[in-house]
Amino acid sequence: MELNATPRQIEEAEVVSQQEIGRGYWRMTLRAPGIARSARPGQFVHLRLPGLDPAYLLRRPFSLHKVSGETIAILYKVIGVGTKAMARLEPKNRLNVMGPLGNGFPPVPSGVTPLLIGGGYGSAPLFFLAERSGTRGIVFLGGRSQEDLLGCSDFETLGWEVQTATEDGTAGKRGLVTDRLTEWLEAHPVDPTEWYACGPDGMLKAVALLAERKGVRAWLSLDRRMGCGAGVCLACVVRVRRPPSEGGGWKWARVCQDGPVFESREVIWEEETP
Amino acid sequence: MTAPRLETVIGRIRMANPVMTASGTFGYGTEYADLVDLRKLGAMVVKGISLRPWAGNPPPRLVEVRGGLLNAIGLQNPGFEGFARDYWPALRQIGIPVIVNIWGRTIEEYEAVAARFEALDGLAGLELNVSCPNIKEGGMAFGTDPAMLERVVGAVRRKTTRTLLVKLAPNVTRIEQMARVAEAAGADALSLINTYPAMALDIETRRPRLSNGIGGLSGPAIHPIAVKLVYEAARAVQIPVIGMGGILDWRDAVEFLIAGARAVAVGSVSLSDPTAAISIVEGIRAYLERHGLEDVSELVGSIRWP
Repeated sequence: MELNATPRQIEEAEVVSQQEIGRGYWRMTLRAPGIARSARPGQFVHLRLPGLDPAYLLRRPFSLHKVSGETIAILYKVIGVGTKAMARLEPKNRLNVMGPLGNGFPPVPSGVTPLLIGGGYGSAPLFFLAERSGTRGIVFLGGRSQEDLLGCSDFETLGWEVQTATEDGTAGKRGLVTDRLTEWLEAHPVDPTEWYACGPDGMLKAVALLAERKGVRAWLSLDRRMGCGAGVCLACVVRVRRPPSEGGGWKWARVCQDGPVFESREVIWEEETP
Repeated sequence: MTAPRLETVIGRIRMANPVMTASGTFGYGTEYADLVDLRKLGAMVVKGISLRPWAGNPPPRLVEVRGGLLNAIGLQNPGFEGFARDYWPALRQIGIPVIVNIWGRTIEEYEAVAARFEALDGLAGLELNVSCPNIKEGGMAFGTDPAMLERVVGAVRRKTTRTLLVKLAPNVTRIEQMARVAEAAGADALSLINTYPAMALDIETRRPRLSNGIGGLSGPAIHPIAVKLVYEAARAVQIPVIGMGGILDWRDAVEFLIAGARAVAVGSVSLSDPTAAISIVEGIRAYLERHGLEDVSELVGSIRWP
């Protein structure tokens, strides 16, 4: 039975700030010293939203976007009842936070250039990873339109190169973020790289295919509808390859506890379902 | 005044208080060990185990609806051997009674899995799941047909020496009849209620929101239904009834006790607040003190009319 590598806790966190950083996108900063102390890039927090109780029961998971001192920040897009309730929270409001949860990204190994690939608010955990990475690299950000590219200047402040793509061509190159990545790889054929990606499934699957073709290790942060966030309810499962030593075939992995980060070759995408 | 007594006996299980965790909502017990002092629970009921490992349903398996959760996990579990090897050693160390929920697709599978659990020293009891809405064979059929219920409870009774709880389905015409059948066939206690069969659709795609189509509804939406069924079942039988279904806090738990439940199980709320069951123990204690009651049993079935 595995235990989380970092101590989890449940904290009453105080809202420090709420900032609208783009159309419908918000950044919320919370004072949560216990979680901030042990959080690693790629982990997430599970929030109980006071405005939802009691009609909606579940917590809401958000990846850690920034961690500094006693504070943690998350990025979110206002979509449903949960995120609408979140956007109404104001400084000094308190909310119950469980975390840090999940495995997180493995540390960037020395001697390779880290390439981060983010789709929409998938860039959120990549910033925390860039901030903690000893090596600077390149971040590829994609989205439907300019307003879906989040945090470009934050990455540039850290000294990272930023490459962007939008489907409608309003910012960066027109097209998909993986097209942008492909171009870069063709221009830099010998650089050793390791990839870290977060975004919609379509993007992650394209990253996985590309990584396989290039023989590169890619780490994917998956987003699934979660219940408990602690490995108990078995709602957020994905199929992963079972190693030959365990008999081969496939098994369920819990995104909340065994993930959310998986090596790209582990994941079995739905179309390949046995 | 001395502190009120919370000790509760279900069959041969002695619990320090009447609060359990409900099957499927607290994993195999140790997942929350770092967040919750498990020794403060009255007992723990761990997620349904079958004879062999079972993969369950494809996702989506869980959706949130107003007032509750709709799930069709489909009883994914590591099977008896996986449970005995990977989970039981840590679970038995906790020091509180542990009850394992078991299920099968046939009478023979129920008998076989019950028999295997005889080997686990220290296991307090078995909870027979005859009411899962999420598997195609067996499952619910055993819990909604009195003749089949009698056969499966009787068959398992002959295979187990442990305290036997039978978890009844809520979607029956006369719960009194099912309760009496289970009691006569050898149940030591009844768990009421399992989730209520239900459905949710995505109106944009017109597809069911669960891969399985239908699922089981839990949470506050089913609480008043559960209180009514507990009330009716508790009047019909001599054996203890354990009330469950939509408990959010100690008030809901106290309501079950007044309706006739000897103990309660805390379910879906644990997914959001793993410490809920322990807060409920404290809430019941404070209620008893406030009402000048010396023993929780004074509350059981104390409903007043009108």
